[in-house]
Amino acid sequence: MHPAPRTLRRAVAAATVALLATAVGCAPQPEEKASATSSGPAANSCAKGKLATKTSGKLTIATDEPAYEPWFKDDEPANGQGFESAVAYAVAKRLGYDKSAVVWQSVPFNKAFAPGVKSFDFDINQVSISDERKKAVDFSSGYYDVRQAVIALKDSKAAKATSIADLRELKLGAQVGTTSLDYVTNLVKPARQAAVFGKNDQAKSALKNGQVDAVVTDLPTAFYITAAEVTDAKIVGQFENQGSAPEQFGLVLDKGSALTPCVTAAVDALREDGTLAGIEKQWLSDAVDAPVLK
Amino acid sequence: MTVVKGEPVPEGADDTGGMTVGGPDGDGYVPSERRLARERHRRARARRATAIAAVSTLVTAALLYLVVVNAPGWPRTKETFFSAHYAREALPKVLEGLWLNLRLLLVCGAAVLVLGMLIAIARTLRGPVFFPLRVLAAAYTDFFRGLPLIINLMIVVLGVPALRLQGVTVDPVLLGGTALTLTYSAYVAEVFRAGIESVHPSQRAAARSLGLTSRQALRHVVLPQAVRRQVPPLLNDLVSLQKDTGLVSIGGAVDAVRAADIIVGRSLNYTPYIVAGLVFVALTIPMTRFTDWVTARMDRQRAQGGSL
Repeated sequence: MHPAPRTLRRAVAAATVALLATAVGCAPQPEEKASATSSGPAANSCAKGKLATKTSGKLTIATDEPAYEPWFKDDEPANGQGFESAVAYAVAKRLGYDKSAVVWQSVPFNKAFAPGVKSFDFDINQVSISDERKKAVDFSSGYYDVRQAVIALKDSKAAKATSIADLRELKLGAQVGTTSLDYVTNLVKPARQAAVFGKNDQAKSALKNGQVDAVVTDLPTAFYITAAEVTDAKIVGQFENQGSAPEQFGLVLDKGSALTPCVTAAVDALREDGTLAGIEKQWLSDAVDAPVLK
Repeated sequence: MTVVKGEPVPEGADDTGGMTVGGPDGDGYVPSERRLARERHRRARARRATAIAAVSTLVTAALLYLVVVNAPGWPRTKETFFSAHYAREALPKVLEGLWLNLRLLLVCGAAVLVLGMLIAIARTLRGPVFFPLRVLAAAYTDFFRGLPLIINLMIVVLGVPALRLQGVTVDPVLLGGTALTLTYSAYVAEVFRAGIESVHPSQRAAARSLGLTSRQALRHVVLPQAVRRQVPPLLNDLVSLQKDTGLVSIGGAVDAVRAADIIVGRSLNYTPYIVAGLVFVALTIPMTRFTDWVTARMDRQRAQGGSL
């Protein structure tokens, strides 16, 4: 054995150990930083415009891209048009951030819930509140009561369904990660396994192609699809809410976020003073009459 | 390797069991003192090396463990990615979905091998009469190897049914399987072609001079040699195919990954992804070991001058 390689090997081993030790030593740092900001004096007060936001003085709001109608208009969240854009700006105003202090961010639906440091203050993306999800993230109180609806091509057998039992024999489709899919599996319990799509866009083209008989989405989306995107489709009907509490969309915040009580208070206030109802009437006024499937 | 009786075994072939070769069973070979000492020394070095490797591995593992566990986000990461509750919930659904992946793998795998071989042969045919066939085969491999699989799948799964052709299926699994076969046979054809062209021309020339026809030379001389060299890259493509079978879920089919997706979407807990990932890894490992075994066996046969 020659001494040179052995020394080299020892050096490499020592360097590895040192590197790992540094990593151990370094790792806890972000926590100290994080706790420093959240335990600051502004942590639990909702002083207008002075929340402990990601960027001081700015409110960062996230949503998925593309942003669909009627929730957003023209795939442009910052224009203030569309239901969720309007709600986001109303909440921001309530918290003391005017339009120029709002920064939009594009975050994919699935990524918005990953543990770790969030890049946004809250996310608005038609996320239904559930106890199971509350284990992973914080929700504000609900800003919209959701109903699920079934759409099918006008001339198809599925369009004639009048009850949940009529849906059972059909090939149904829904987007993954939505309560629409839960309604299909838990309420309709179809005889054939439901098709599960990554995006509503794929579900729409499967509907057009006859790969599925009917697609389940939330009611406003169903109205938009039948009115503008798949015009030879119609809404077969809507489901009644399951369980005692109505299904609601909520704003998503990081688990344990200091902002949660403030955002919740803002949403509650907007509901009480009728602002939310006004926004809903303006952007989702179509979302009314559709026969209820039982 | 052949060992002539009574002759000392070449060095390096008997690091552990040198004592037993030959031995005092009447052939007169007795290992020398010096040889025994050398073997003792070698065994001691081997033991020492094993011990050092074990300690080093343990220390590294412990340090990595500490880095991860002491990370500030560890409790949440553990709950989100390694929740026993969701692992139990996900496993049956993931396995159910995996059945779709496996069926696709078997059917597409077989189709890919056949189609890939045909294309490779078409591309390596000699003679001016086969020119159009060679061009077509080259165009096919160039196009489908370059086309991103996901786009190929979108076009076939979502686009073909839009044509509303009579008698053409709208089943996303069949269409997805077709798209997978198109892309993967292009990859595999190139593996086969490389294998065929790696057989030295003298082999073909020798076969022809023995009176074999071109086709016989390909069948009995070139392909058997080519296929051996292709086993590892073919396995690579097979493992890739296994993972990519999940992409048929864009058409709505529920495979192992989509089954995990469904639970993740509802619960916002990512454990099902880990479960699905491990299931795929667990499938790949036996597959790799099996092909290693097959390759080693073929190599042994060749080394002994066994049948071609």
